[in-house]
Amino acid sequence: MGGGDTAGRLVRPFALTGGRTRPSRADFTLITTVTAVDPPPTWATRPQPEQQRILRHCVEPIAVAELAALLDLPVSVVVIMLCDLLEAGRITVRPPRPVSQTPDLDLLQKVRDGLGRL
Amino acid sequence: MADSDTVTRAAPDTVKILIAGGFGVGKTTMVGSVSEIAPLRTEEPLTEAGLGIDDLAGIEDKKATTVALDFGRITIGDDLVLYLFGTPGQQRFWFMWNDLALGALGAVVLVDVRRPESSFAAIDFFERRGIPFVVGVNGFYGEHPYPPDEIRDALALPDHVQVLLCDARERGSCRDVLIALLDQLIAVAEDAEGGGTLTRPGR
Repeated sequence: MGGGDTAGRLVRPFALTGGRTRPSRADFTLITTVTAVDPPPTWATRPQPEQQRILRHCVEPIAVAELAALLDLPVSVVVIMLCDLLEAGRITVRPPRPVSQTPDLDLLQKVRDGLGRL
Repeated sequence: MADSDTVTRAAPDTVKILIAGGFGVGKTTMVGSVSEIAPLRTEEPLTEAGLGIDDLAGIEDKKATTVALDFGRITIGDDLVLYLFGTPGQQRFWFMWNDLALGALGAVVLVDVRRPESSFAAIDFFERRGIPFVVGVNGFYGEHPYPPDEIRDALALPDHVQVLLCDARERGSCRDVLIALLDQLIAVAEDAEGGGTLTRPGR
């Protein structure tokens, strides 16, 4: 599936971000999940083609790393575009489950049980 | 047009475990063995992120270099997804590890018995940062010439780090290594919780 754009990339990755190499927000991680807002807010402007591609891929919740792999774009580029989409009200963002020094026993047990079913 | 009654599925919680070890030790193989999807790859251009790192000395001009990250996914339930990230094997890409390690439940360090020294640095990385890990000894062609204790001695591992013989090509074998890591994490969590109470309510 990741090879869907085999025609090759016509645009250099950072051209998609207007030359920006840093996101406006620092809270997108590889396993942050993003979901397209459906229907889009009434005040939404028409997204650019690459943004439209992202929105198509996140109709269902998807992790940033998966999105980058499917789009065949660097994570850093995808994150900058996601910042724009978030500011435009087109996506919602869910941060990963925080892992702190005090371990969450229920979470660990759940993961263990899940692995046991593999 | 989308049906206005459509309810968007709630995004699941996400957690991650790192699969680390030296170059060519079987990390991506392991990710692929347990992942429910074919391992995905993202490539990140190496730009200013790598500057100032000693290990990059001598390759400063290689601005076009990319570092690849392979990962897989295991859906634990409707509301929880586990991601497995294979860490970049080459030492000069290690600055990426700090970001990767942030928020990880723990790690599996894969060791190739034919050249265990290639995984020393990974073991050192997790030890220094206090990130829990287990060691998986990947027996190539399924062969395990050394018992776990001998490998533990060779790697100078502390007693609390488990050493497991595995085959990165086998789903069940990789699953068992991950379960061993989770058991280790659960034991630590239970110790922490048990500090004040003798019993904990049943789940």
